[in-house]
Amino acid sequence: MNKLNFLQPDKNNLYSYLFTGVILVSLSIFIVFLNSFFSLDLLSFLPGTISFFLPLIIGFMGLHLIRIEYSGLKFLDVVNKNINTNSFNAFLSLLIIFVVIKSLPPLLSWFILDASIAGDSKDVCTGTGACWTYIKIWFNRFMYGMYPNAEQWRINLSFIALAFLGTIGFFATEKFKKYLTLYYVVVYPIIAFFFIFFFISGGPIFFDFSYGIIAAVLSIIIGFFIPPKFKMYYFIIVPITLYILLKYVFFYEELIELGKLEALEWVETGAWGGLSLTFIVSFFCLIFCFPIGLFLSLGRRSDFPIIKYISIGMIEFWRGVPLITVLFMSSVMFPMFLPEDMFIDKLVRVIIAISLFEAAYVAEVIRGGLQALPRGQYDAAKSLGMGYWKMHILVILPQALKLVIPGIANTFLALVKDTPLIFVVGLLEIVGMLNLAKTNPEWLGFAMEGYVFASVLFFIICYAMSKYSYNLEQKYKTER
Amino acid sequence: MSDKIIQITEMNKWFGDFQVLKNINLEVEKNKKIVVCGPSGSGKSTLIRCINRLEEHQKGSIIVDGNELTEDTKDIEKIRAEVGMVFQQFNLFPHLSILDNCTLAPIWVKKMPKKDAEELALQHLEKVQIADQANKYPGQLSGGQQQRCAIARALCMEPKIMLFDEPTSALDPEMIKEVLDAMVNLAKAGMTMIVVTHEMGFAKEVADEVIFMDEGMIVERAETKEFFANPKSDRTKLFLSQIL
Repeated sequence: MNKLNFLQPDKNNLYSYLFTGVILVSLSIFIVFLNSFFSLDLLSFLPGTISFFLPLIIGFMGLHLIRIEYSGLKFLDVVNKNINTNSFNAFLSLLIIFVVIKSLPPLLSWFILDASIAGDSKDVCTGTGACWTYIKIWFNRFMYGMYPNAEQWRINLSFIALAFLGTIGFFATEKFKKYLTLYYVVVYPIIAFFFIFFFISGGPIFFDFSYGIIAAVLSIIIGFFIPPKFKMYYFIIVPITLYILLKYVFFYEELIELGKLEALEWVETGAWGGLSLTFIVSFFCLIFCFPIGLFLSLGRRSDFPIIKYISIGMIEFWRGVPLITVLFMSSVMFPMFLPEDMFIDKLVRVIIAISLFEAAYVAEVIRGGLQALPRGQYDAAKSLGMGYWKMHILVILPQALKLVIPGIANTFLALVKDTPLIFVVGLLEIVGMLNLAKTNPEWLGFAMEGYVFASVLFFIICYAMSKYSYNLEQKYKTER
Repeated sequence: MSDKIIQITEMNKWFGDFQVLKNINLEVEKNKKIVVCGPSGSGKSTLIRCINRLEEHQKGSIIVDGNELTEDTKDIEKIRAEVGMVFQQFNLFPHLSILDNCTLAPIWVKKMPKKDAEELALQHLEKVQIADQANKYPGQLSGGQQQRCAIARALCMEPKIMLFDEPTSALDPEMIKEVLDAMVNLAKAGMTMIVVTHEMGFAKEVADEVIFMDEGMIVERAETKEFFANPKSDRTKLFLSQIL
């Protein structure tokens, strides 16, 4: 048997080193674990500072002993390669492990063990943990704002319908997808916007618009059976024809009657709120700001001075002012410039304002992509006889947009997280509702739960978006 | 007039203050193969880029197939559709498959039905011998294959004139031959070609005339045999002695 040298562990006495090392590391983790979970201090007989640092020192020695390269043991090699490559890394790894162990018990107890969820008043929240009762009681408000409880099915239905229209794209055939894209960019945002908007706000006006909605849904369904050759025209003609037919030929009388008898109750946009408003605002801002940004980015590179300078002006203006002032102006200043009898809903103004604001950022991101393309691509497209639009739609934009997916995702995530700012015009989406709820005299002192709840929701939304953008990136990867 | 497919008279071009092309006069007859050679920076590439107006000339006139190149963009697109161009860096569209690269312009510019366009594309891909790669993406092909695809792409527009801008300069020596073969075949099929190249072997084999350019001027223009056998100007002699 070779002599053991504890300063330089080697392969010859692998198991002796391994055995000692593992015991030391386990011991150190065990000490911290007991200390953290059961408040037992095994080292209390030692002076304060030493008992504090001893687990670290023991663990460090243990990791040093098991740091044996090419030991032949797969697990050991993996551990060494990932957390134990040198003394400094070993130290950091230990520190992180200890911090996690130390911070688990308080987190667990706050979130679950000492938290209360039963009951329906503040009185049940006596423990030291979170008061999920608060979230439970306010849940409806956090989701729907001040929207009347009896009418909330309308919001749910709208989102289901929206999701339905949106997911059609996933099941469409390759051939149909091309036309759907056009549809999604041009027609769909407008239809979806009016659908959601009028359906959720209700009132007699909804019935006038319902023809449009029925026409749109029918036209999509019929669209599957139209030969591809005619689809370009189809998406323009059919919805309009259907709309006219429905409005003036088929249902006119009946629906007017229906409208008179049981009109949906009018809910003004000021009452909308909570997470549903977050979704509405971010969804429509996303789909509106993208095409605007696209045109601004092309405009900025245009050869026509007027278009170029208007685009530059727009981009620089919207990038140069804070969102909060834009929102404020949209609700306070903007109406002053309108004729007196003209009225644009507050929510619509906010959506327009945020869309323009974010469009400026999207424009610059896309311009980055346009500039990254080699000039040869333009030359090649031109030499094949393509004009400006054909060149951009067929050759330049597909490549440029693919390049800037991460940048656009970045902007979109920022947009979603900017929506709480609409509180300045009195619209309360989820964070706004939280702020309102925490000032309710009966429920003072639960701000923490509310913010944690909102963070979790925002994280889920944003993580889903970032995952989706990553998938898109992978999907459109064609180089090598 | 009728068989003069390209007529350039008194053409001048500046990049800022720098004059790249000086008093260019050039007439190309139908079905002629012209090779343009000369040292780098002599304006060869700029000259042929002017022929389909990827560069604008400032003075003089260029008439391609009876149409004068002016600022009217609609006309230019029509002319460009009749003038195929092959670039040094291939410039294939990396987001499209080889087949789609070839069918894109016929479908969207010439409004050809998709089926016909694909058939045509496969024919041309067959001619340059990469029909079996039709569903791959440009990034998956070698340089030579990419350049042959670029030739097929240009041919799919059924151009009257083909312009080649140093088509083999960015290729490995081994791949040059396969591209030149494709070009020789094309020449034998009777295409009007203007080729900027340093491949003198190619020039000797297919060119009807050779043009030597230096410092933005056409120094010498002669029948191929004449050009190589007894060049007139000293500059040409020097160039040939260095390159051959």
